Amino acid sequence: MYGTNITPDSKTGIGTWPLDAFLRAMREGVARDGSHLFPAFPYNAYTELTYDDLRALYAYLMTRQPVSAGVPSNTVPFPLNVRALQEGWKLLFFRSGRFQSNPAKSGEWNRGAYLAEALCDCGGCHTPRNSLGAEKTSGVYAGTVVDGWIAPALDRANPSPLPWTQEDLFTFLRTGTSSLHGAAGGTMIPVIRDALALAVVPDSDVRAIAVYFSDVNQPAVRASSVDATVREAIATSDLAVDQPYDADATLYASACMSCHYNGRPAPVPARPELALNSALTLPEPTNFIQVVLNGVSSINGAPGLVMPAYASLTDIEIARLAAYLRRTRTKRPPWNDMEKKVAAVRRESAGR
Amino acid sequence: MITFQLNGLSVSVHSPGDAPLLWVIRDELGLTGTKFGCGIGFCGACTVHVEGRATRSCVTPLGAIAGAKVTTIEGLDPEGRHPLQAAWLELQVPQCGYCQSGQIMQAATLLKDYPDPTDRDINAVMAGSVCRCMAYGRIKKAIKLAATRMRGVPHG
Repeated sequence: MYGTNITPDSKTGIGTWPLDAFLRAMREGVARDGSHLFPAFPYNAYTELTYDDLRALYAYLMTRQPVSAGVPSNTVPFPLNVRALQEGWKLLFFRSGRFQSNPAKSGEWNRGAYLAEALCDCGGCHTPRNSLGAEKTSGVYAGTVVDGWIAPALDRANPSPLPWTQEDLFTFLRTGTSSLHGAAGGTMIPVIRDALALAVVPDSDVRAIAVYFSDVNQPAVRASSVDATVREAIATSDLAVDQPYDADATLYASACMSCHYNGRPAPVPARPELALNSALTLPEPTNFIQVVLNGVSSINGAPGLVMPAYASLTDIEIARLAAYLRRTRTKRPPWNDMEKKVAAVRRESAGR
Repeated sequence: MITFQLNGLSVSVHSPGDAPLLWVIRDELGLTGTKFGCGIGFCGACTVHVEGRATRSCVTPLGAIAGAKVTTIEGLDPEGRHPLQAAWLELQVPQCGYCQSGQIMQAATLLKDYPDPTDRDINAVMAGSVCRCMAYGRIKKAIKLAATRMRGVPHG
């Protein structure tokens, strides 16, 4: 799928589109020539935007510099490439309609819900899709795989050992990291760094999104003692010091512990505490393998923190590190077929 | 061309983004205080600071530090008199000396996070910095001596 030219160029862009055509595209998924847009363009979210916001978006786009640039044809396989069939898809899965606020919730909550659902389309990555590519209505924010990373569940199934408080979420969405959860990875990095950048989105809106998702996360249901969980996590941090004859622990001590060790009483923000990180508690090791193989550059994740890329480790070594950490840092069952999964992520990363 | 800061100076280098930072520092920029040990991030000899924190340069791609501040042993202290360097000298820590720049850079981050480190803190953070001459006892003593001085506690 290629994104189309949305500069106001009259030949290759949307320069000849009147406001009504723009509104129809955003709210109904129909292009100016009447053809159906593919749902890769998230009109299912944008349909919820208010008239004022759509008009503001239109005004912004129409005042950009026109760029004459054709876009390569999409390589969507038959029969999905038949635009007329999109009509059937819409009948099945699409409902046009504006955002409905929830009177039982605060204004801030509703602002956050509106931003998350109508504008940011958080569900586009965090909600699983059915076999026809539509978001499952029964699994809103239940988590799924996007671009080789797991976009974790945001509801009560969220794998983070500690529930996400408003403050944690605000810090994470603003800075890309939270010392009680970990740093963003994969496609969430550009979301935080570019789409939610301070220059673009004010604190109040980021806080509203945090208010909304800290509620979606159902902290009351997930209630656990923060102090006790942090204490337990930190107690695992120096295990390898006492495991000189455990080959897996030695691997960990050599490659990871100098940066990830935390002494008591609380984790140092620049020392990501692995026992609190969802990379180890997710049902699959995908995100863990991604970070180990590719590292984290200084402009990604936590500001200024760099993690080297351990791609020179063998599949077996990474599998052993994963197994060791899953065994010692979580109470979850072991991951299976680790070596195959490491090899698969390695192949996929090399192809990017 | 990738630009970053090295020991306070802006440098632009021609190496590709996937070149290990260590190669760039030693071969392209000619600072040889940082050593090549294992080449897979397992021994700590190549440790430098990125944004003030110990980072193994042999497995850090150049592209990952674009725009960042990198400090090597040559830049840790303008006169080579960081309290750790002074303690190293005073206690005659090294034997062959090959690992010491990595040890000192790692220890500097340890003291930043834990100004009064316990033996466990030292064992955990320094575990990945290997010394084949087995100078570990003196390394630990020097770290504690430097910590005492950096905290401003009278030495005695």
